[in-house]
Amino acid sequence: MIGLEHYLTVAAALFVIGIFGIFVNRKNVIIILMSIELMLLAVNINFVAFSSYLGDLAGQVFTLFVLTVAAAEAAIGLAILVCFFRTRGTIAVEDVNVMKG
Amino acid sequence: MIQADLNIVLPEVSLAIFAMLALMGGVYTTKDKAAPVILWTTSLVFVLLAAWIGFNGEGTNAAFGGAFVDDGFSRFAKVTILLSAAAILVMSQDFMTRHGLFRFEYPILVALSVVGMMMMVSAGDLMALYMGLELQSLALYVVASLRRDSVKSTEAGLKYFVLGALSSGMLLYGASLVYGYAGTTLFAGIFSTVNAGDISLGLLFGLVFVIAGLAFKVSAAPFHMWTPDVYEGSPTPITAFFATAPKVAAMGLFARVVHDAFGGAVADWSQIVAFLSVVSMFLGAIAAIGQRDIKRLMAYSSIAHMGFALMGLAAGTAEGVQAMLIYMAIYVTMNIGTFAFILSMEKDGEPVTDIDALQNYSKKEPMRALAMLVLLFSLAGIPPMVGFFGKFYVLKAAVDADMAWLAIAGVVASVIGAFYYLRVIYYMYFGEERDALNGSMPMVNWLFLVGSAAVMLVGVINLFGIEGLALAAAGALVN
Repeated sequence: MIGLEHYLTVAAALFVIGIFGIFVNRKNVIIILMSIELMLLAVNINFVAFSSYLGDLAGQVFTLFVLTVAAAEAAIGLAILVCFFRTRGTIAVEDVNVMKG
Repeated sequence: MIQADLNIVLPEVSLAIFAMLALMGGVYTTKDKAAPVILWTTSLVFVLLAAWIGFNGEGTNAAFGGAFVDDGFSRFAKVTILLSAAAILVMSQDFMTRHGLFRFEYPILVALSVVGMMMMVSAGDLMALYMGLELQSLALYVVASLRRDSVKSTEAGLKYFVLGALSSGMLLYGASLVYGYAGTTLFAGIFSTVNAGDISLGLLFGLVFVIAGLAFKVSAAPFHMWTPDVYEGSPTPITAFFATAPKVAAMGLFARVVHDAFGGAVADWSQIVAFLSVVSMFLGAIAAIGQRDIKRLMAYSSIAHMGFALMGLAAGTAEGVQAMLIYMAIYVTMNIGTFAFILSMEKDGEPVTDIDALQNYSKKEPMRALAMLVLLFSLAGIPPMVGFFGKFYVLKAAVDADMAWLAIAGVVASVIGAFYYLRVIYYMYFGEERDALNGSMPMVNWLFLVGSAAVMLVGVINLFGIEGLALAAAGALVN
């Protein structure tokens, strides 16, 4: 029987993969965008699993909001990335370094 | 029923509708030629809304089943946000025009992010929190990269976007855990679950994730990495905007989450917030010493100031929230004046941000240098400027909450931090002779610069009564 904890484990694993994708990846900003998407989807699994476990619809409503916002976020992220590519000529992560913090 | 709900969110709805109308107006008429008109109407709308909310609001009203709360606290934060956003918009016109950045989207994006900020400080539900936060952030990512043809500006936007999205993800993961273990997304429901018994591990985990996400948004260390780069890369008026209204909104949201939802578990979060506060104050004070760029300097300064504001929150009392609100109002006023000055730092039409360029500035522009001196003293927290009283209130709140160690750490950090503010003053008054900056300053910016410096001096008398307002606001939040 697959219970709540299985879903939570999958979601936690995906979330951690997403975070590692952002920090460990040295190649490409597109991969960072994919990792962000992965994190948000992990959160959605959490919400839906809790929603079904609790028998409460609020979690699924939240998921729909998250999906919508994730789409808007990806659109804006890609738009900024296109502007960056036009000026810098590359989207490699190690080239995002004009300013050093 | 829905009518009553809509009446409560009317200010936000009107601003959102205004933004969309302005967008349509801009697109279908003269495009960027309409920018000055849109800019001035937007700031007029901000001021009118601030007056409406400030004078008309009364009591505590909840809309949409408690998802949106209009109370004294949210009104205080909204008035601060609206007025500071209006001031920054008006200040930026001259700079934007001269540098060919004055697109009509700019005031509209600011208006949309202000709608998000107003939602944030009024959030009574995790969903409202998330939607408000994202509306604000998405608009801010775009304005950060407004100068599309500059590597620095687009890089600032990209960095802000990636780290902002990461922080939203963490906040959201925390929100999902809180929802799962509390069984509801409403702050009131979470509050009663927390009060009912000992707080479960899952809920605590969720709280930690949510706080980490919020710490990103207020740029508290150790989640501050984006701040200096974004401040440096964005066009200066936008840096000025980042340093004011969004900070108030994020602190307001922070206070809402920890008090409205987790008010029964003060002991659990107050240590985390105290940790963030100490690290931010020291990092802001020490890392700024090596900076030569005034925008990066202001970034570290804002990190340190957020540390002080968080100190008020860490106290976990109504007095602490009052201190935090007073601190934020003073901080915003100081920053508006300081950025009015930074906007005029130019040489032969090119913006200059190196603090070395300020050497001997007082000889050329004694009045501006004097106003900046007052503001920098105030930022450093030197009495009798008003900035000192902001620090005084948070320190007092920390001491009264038996966190004397936190207050002592704050005093030490503010002494270290005073160094870099005083260095700028030293350059302006005792620097070596060299070609001075020759940027002009429009009348409006001059008024904001001198006005906010005057506030820093005159405010000593009674802080313009802000103390009582903040007390009432804090009373509405903490119960």
